[in-house]
Amino acid sequence: MEASAHQLGNPRPSPSRRFLNFLTFGARTRPDEPRIPFYRHALAVRITHWLNAGVLLVMLMSGLQIFNAHPALYWGAQSNFAHPLLSFSALQNSAGQVVRGITQIGSWQFNTTGILGASRMDGVLVVRGFPAWATLPGPQWLAMGRVWHFFFAWLFVINGALFALYALARGHVRDLLPTARDFRNLPHEIVEHIRLCFPKGEDAKRYNALQKLAYFTVIFIQGPLVVLTGLTMSPTMDAAFPFLPWLFGGRQSARTIHFLCAFSFVAFFVVHIVMVVLSGTWNNLRSMITGRYLIEGDGGTRA
Amino acid sequence: MPDRRKFLSAAAASAGALSLAGCKSLSQTPWVQDVLYTAEGLTRRVQRLFAGSHALAKEYTKADIAPVFRANGTINPPTDDYQQHVKEGFASWEVTVDGLVEHPLTLTLADLRKLPSRTQITRHDCVEGWSCIGEWTGAPLRAVLAMAKPKPNARYCVFHCADPMTDTDSDGVADADFYYESHDLLECLHPQTLLAYDLNGKPLPVANGAPVRLRAERQLGYKQAKYVERIELVESFAHIGGGRGGYWEDQGYNWYGGI
Repeated sequence: MEASAHQLGNPRPSPSRRFLNFLTFGARTRPDEPRIPFYRHALAVRITHWLNAGVLLVMLMSGLQIFNAHPALYWGAQSNFAHPLLSFSALQNSAGQVVRGITQIGSWQFNTTGILGASRMDGVLVVRGFPAWATLPGPQWLAMGRVWHFFFAWLFVINGALFALYALARGHVRDLLPTARDFRNLPHEIVEHIRLCFPKGEDAKRYNALQKLAYFTVIFIQGPLVVLTGLTMSPTMDAAFPFLPWLFGGRQSARTIHFLCAFSFVAFFVVHIVMVVLSGTWNNLRSMITGRYLIEGDGGTRA
Repeated sequence: MPDRRKFLSAAAASAGALSLAGCKSLSQTPWVQDVLYTAEGLTRRVQRLFAGSHALAKEYTKADIAPVFRANGTINPPTDDYQQHVKEGFASWEVTVDGLVEHPLTLTLADLRKLPSRTQITRHDCVEGWSCIGEWTGAPLRAVLAMAKPKPNARYCVFHCADPMTDTDSDGVADADFYYESHDLLECLHPQTLLAYDLNGKPLPVANGAPVRLRAERQLGYKQAKYVERIELVESFAHIGGGRGGYWEDQGYNWYGGI
């Protein structure tokens, strides 16, 4: 009901205005109207959000360093070396020089020289899964990559647990949990998002269906999944909790899912940043730093 | 204004984090390393809390055995000594147990094979990320330790191996640094910890550590010493090699290899 009233009462900004918004990082659609300050993010949310951002960056880059030690993925308990699901390799000429980086997915091969399989270090093509700029440490150094990864894994888990405790205690889980109404609104919202029209007024005070779906999935599904698949790669944890490798279809499957989780975080990050920019960079950034968000009036429905 | 200032400092902080990317100097900074390595003890304690001394690694079926068990690290120790043993079919290979024990002993391969044996089909997890399933037969290490009787102050077994890790004059013969590894007694007394001499029902191939290698099934591959010729019981491994408990540990790898 609210949605249709909103639809009728809210003349949409023109396409040219929306494009201007995009270029100006989502400036206001109605510069003449006053904006209402709204306390949007609690301190606990802001702190855990920014800690998580830094921790995830280290986890991703040290994870790619570890992956580079054996840049191939398999399904099942063990490695079927002849048939990886995905692998990065390099082609060398008779003089031993690396000439091409190859990415293989199933039986398809792609030339990914310079990025995957072979990339430049000090100007020379070398055999590397992911390039040095994407890994921590930069050069091939598995031991140190593991040390970074397992230290920050603790921070990731502790920070995530603190957020989850806060969210449960303060009812923030309810803000993030999609409802039946959200699912009904989903098609409409997808259309609105494609038109770069974002909720205003009262609607901007709560998460919309797409936000709920994205945040709930990334926090309460992808988060635990990346931790559990990570633990499944530990032989001691597999002895302690035999259901772990059973759950994920084997240690190598868990490693593959762990890898997919990592890149789902990257995909989430890309969409997240695009949405932050399109819906008002400075307003969004301010609200995640100070908590204060300025809400634009929703046009005709409130005056 | 305070908002903008806060934003700028946050931006500076994230730019700092981004510059980690190409920066190996942080990884080489001693205090950073010291901080990062503290997580190892926490991980070890928590994992031990759950796995205890008896949780068993999963044992698979014959159908799961990999057609070829991948060999990694040294695949043929180039020393004259070892090659002589290969020629003799390891007839005179001996494993010495000494250090902090009541009864130092030396076992030939035949002695080891006479001890009650255990056969287990387990998954080998390399630190690089791959896994391989094989069937191992050997003498439980705890049976050997029971004969040697560790002294009360013995805390670790150090496994000294016959494979050289450096060859300073490139003549194919090592000049220093033989492979070694260590485990605490909890892992050594685990029922699946073996001095293995058979792989998939046949004598251990040279590439996989002939004639005797360690199996510690709840640990990563680099902890499974190959070509074992001496087991030394110690209170501390600080005086051995680089002092960190193993060849790879001396290169920066964690001593705790359960993850």
